[in-house]
Amino acid sequence: MTSARDAAAAVVDPEIRVITIDELGILRAVDEEPGTGRVVVTITPTYTGCPAMDVIRADIRRALAAAGHPDAEVRTVYHPAWSTDWISDAGRAKLAAAGIAPPAPRGDDTVVPLTLAVRCPRCGSPETTQISRFGSTACKALWRCRSCSEPFDHLKAL
Amino acid sequence: MSRFDFTLAIGDDALIAAQRLGEWTSRAPEMEEDIALANIALDQLGAARLLLTYAGELEGAGRDEDDLAFLRDDREFRNCLLVELPNGDFGVTMAKLFFLAAYQVPLYTALAGCADERLAAVGAKARKESAYHLDHAALWVKRLGDGTEESHRRMQDAVDEVWPYVHELFNPDPAAPVDPSTLRADFDATVSAVLDEATLTRPETGWTPGGGRDGLHTEHLSYLLAEMQVLHRAHPGASW
Repeated sequence: MTSARDAAAAVVDPEIRVITIDELGILRAVDEEPGTGRVVVTITPTYTGCPAMDVIRADIRRALAAAGHPDAEVRTVYHPAWSTDWISDAGRAKLAAAGIAPPAPRGDDTVVPLTLAVRCPRCGSPETTQISRFGSTACKALWRCRSCSEPFDHLKAL
Repeated sequence: MSRFDFTLAIGDDALIAAQRLGEWTSRAPEMEEDIALANIALDQLGAARLLLTYAGELEGAGRDEDDLAFLRDDREFRNCLLVELPNGDFGVTMAKLFFLAAYQVPLYTALAGCADERLAAVGAKARKESAYHLDHAALWVKRLGDGTEESHRRMQDAVDEVWPYVHELFNPDPAAPVDPSTLRADFDATVSAVLDEATLTRPETGWTPGGGRDGLHTEHLSYLLAEMQVLHRAHPGASW
């Protein structure tokens, strides 16, 4: 039987399907009660209005049921607030491989991060321009590479 | 204001701002801006849901976020007048968003450090999003203000038109989890810096309409609520 932790951690983000919720850093805890086998999963949203949260909750319950943990509850917490610093190195590599430029590390607690040069995820060139501060999902902005001319998504540092 | 009234008020600000911004969807001057305004509306809605859910719990009368959003009449809404004003042209929309964000950033930042854990969590989360809204609106205010003669004239008109409505946001209330009057200095500093760079003039303070926090609104709110609430009222409990 797959452990509850492994089953929940393998759930992919419904809007960025190359990365798991664990790699994205939104899976905060998986607790299994020893006696009953009841599982409590704790997640946190990337953005308060993220419309994918309902799907993520349903996907977690489905994955747990399939792994032999039918008694599961998914809790949502807002504190501490998610940061792109929580995206794992494996997650960053997968984003880049899928053509999504990963966020620069934030490190400190400044509210608006300085945008450093964003490298094109296709050709690696730092010669890029922001086309739109907002993109296809709440967590992304739209950029274009001036070297290879490809437009690409950039996960905004938060 | 009690904790319930305060939470309801700032939750209503976010909800009504979201509904107004959503009106731009498919109508913005360019595709990128359409997406931007929809994204900002979504952030506002996210904060509104958390705040209204908590307000319902504080009230203890069994009302959830949907009851509060869809089953109250205009006199029961506590949002500031600023957010219910019509969108006007793009300049007016940006003036409204700029002033709202310049207020919400210090509000949420102060909330993040307040004694109430739930409000602190919302503040810590929402302030990052509001900072991005402020950045976005400030860029447009500068671009239009310091743009062509026509864009400068219309951006100044927009700032003049909306300015009277900002004062209500800072009415003193020492009993609230965050006293709104403590946010004014931060707001003024942000506004002055951006308007200066935009070559715009900060209006003199004259007329200071208010009443939103007491449920006394402009007629615009009723029309907005009619559209926002019609589905839920016609089909109670409807879900996707």
